[in-house]
Amino acid sequence: MSLSELAADAVPADVEPTGRQIQGRSPFRLALSRLLHDKMAVISVIVLFLIVLFAVLAPLFASITHHPYGAQYPDTARDSWGLPKGPSGDFWLGADPLGRDVLVRAAYGARISLGVGIAATILSTILGVIIGVLAGFVGGLVDTVLARFMDVVLSFPYLLVAIVIATTFKPHSTWLSVLITIGVIAFFSFAAMARIVRGQVISLKEKEFIEAARSLGASRMRIMFVDIVPNLVAPVTVLGSLLVPTAIVFEATLSFLGVGIQPPMPSWGSMLNDADYRSSLWLLFVPGGLLLLTTLAFNLLGDGIRDAFDPRSERLITRK
Amino acid sequence: MSDEILVKVENVRKHFPIKQGILFKREVARVHAVDGVDLEVRRGETLGIVGESGCGKSTLARCITGLHSITDGRILFEGKDIGRAPDKAFRRDVQMIFQDPYGSLNPRRRVGSIIADPFDIHGTATGAERKKRVQELMELVGLNPEHYNRFPAEFSGGQRQRIGVARALALKPKLIVCDEPVSALDVSIQAQVINLLKDLQDELGLTYIFIAHDLSVVRYVSDRVAVMYLGKVGEAAEGEELYARPRHPYTNALLSAASVADPDRAERRERIILTGDVPSPIKPPSGCRFHTRCPKAQEICATAEPPLTVAAGDTAGHLTACHFPVELGERLAEAHAAIQQESTEPTLGVTE
Repeated sequence: MSLSELAADAVPADVEPTGRQIQGRSPFRLALSRLLHDKMAVISVIVLFLIVLFAVLAPLFASITHHPYGAQYPDTARDSWGLPKGPSGDFWLGADPLGRDVLVRAAYGARISLGVGIAATILSTILGVIIGVLAGFVGGLVDTVLARFMDVVLSFPYLLVAIVIATTFKPHSTWLSVLITIGVIAFFSFAAMARIVRGQVISLKEKEFIEAARSLGASRMRIMFVDIVPNLVAPVTVLGSLLVPTAIVFEATLSFLGVGIQPPMPSWGSMLNDADYRSSLWLLFVPGGLLLLTTLAFNLLGDGIRDAFDPRSERLITRK
Repeated sequence: MSDEILVKVENVRKHFPIKQGILFKREVARVHAVDGVDLEVRRGETLGIVGESGCGKSTLARCITGLHSITDGRILFEGKDIGRAPDKAFRRDVQMIFQDPYGSLNPRRRVGSIIADPFDIHGTATGAERKKRVQELMELVGLNPEHYNRFPAEFSGGQRQRIGVARALALKPKLIVCDEPVSALDVSIQAQVINLLKDLQDELGLTYIFIAHDLSVVRYVSDRVAVMYLGKVGEAAEGEELYARPRHPYTNALLSAASVADPDRAERRERIILTGDVPSPIKPPSGCRFHTRCPKAQEICATAEPPLTVAAGDTAGHLTACHFPVELGERLAEAHAAIQQESTEPTLGVTE
């Protein structure tokens, strides 16, 4: 008797002969719909969208204000004492000590801060996932070596080392300084990602569905990419979204200390460095406020994503 | 059921090393999970394996399916040694149903793709053919084939276990090892799944190794039953024979612990309560594994390990590994009292 004949006998009563496709919602889509019901997360997305818009439209601000990127107005933007003037009709958000428009610089700085933050996060996520999966899945000596390496990286006084690296490779061009900054941030962030991924892989490896795949004769590659990696999407997304604000602050710290993004390229961190807080508060509040707003929005969004992926989340029950 | 032997387990041992050390791990001890098991499974029968938690039944199951490589001994499937790395043909012929219907299905994959896994791995069906066969399998195990695109989380425990059964059936295997397939389910659902397994066996001529700790479930499904204790088989016999005439003191104790539906019989029977815990499989007792808790234990039990053989007065298929097999109607409490007069160390509390 073939399976199909048997199946014909064994049709259960609850089969709907309508032919209607029943499409289950994937865990990812469930998480997305939960996220959309999270007010703080939605507000954060809107705020981030506006900041991205601000960065993208930087040339527009330059043309509206007739203050091109990098242009200095030592005579009109500074008073007779040589101090920068505050916000006015001409310089909406004031000028800096070199007589540059703070609004234009903040918009171009947003490009650098967001770009470096996101690029460093993507790089550290890729590094972290590859190293974490390798350590967790292969195990043995490979795991021991990689895990100890992560411990070493995490135990570094990162700021000190970052300063040493950035000053040793004193970049000749500003774009090189951007690349080095991204590299330094990624190097000090990947270990956190790798550790979480490694832990997840080790716990997943012991799950019965992995044993089921093995008992079917699945290859190690298949188990890794079909059964393990998709289960990492949730934790990696959550941690990745929380790494972005850390990376942005890291970049600002390095630039503030003068070892990150090199002048004249603006970044929020280097703008804070330029500020003379005693007389010109706008130099503190414009880049500082943007930095605060961006990191706060990313953190709240990250929290929202974490809750949305957590099956024990309260929102699961109170969903509308 | 035929007399042809499908699986032969010969003196199989599986030891797990316990390692310590920060950088260079060295073995400090080993867990003797399975420690010299001999079994035979005939084509078309169901062999039940019972025993308490930690006795090595699940490890044995994983050795037979090739999930664990064995430390010592041989496992023959259709007369062929499966060796260290089982081949694809073996992977097709031997399937496993797992205990936890929540853990055994990948939560991120749709049911259709989970059931089609065997087809994908062995390349036996693709495209429309693959989908058709998956839906046939879903019907066969009593699932709505329309639910092809759902995720495991959208099913109940019993339905999930049916998905596991469908996956195990996909490649038309010869042997299915069921590792406590119903112990995670509600009692009402247990019966459904067990009956499904029995019906499938009749229709498809399957051979089962059925592992459980529920004695009544094992009695219902099994043709033969093996009782395990601390990595060894204590007694093996035809199901009814074992339940009617248990010879090993451990089997007697296990059976006396099972609940009886008839209150009169429950009143009359002897309730054997073993004291103490199962000894550690890291350092199993010398001689007979059970002697530390056995009411009939004497000096020889601590020194010589009893072989698994036919005890005096038993039929050919009834094997017992005991120096002093229990006689029918023997009250273990009295036997215990007799031994107690000689030794002073209490090993067992008995209530009647």
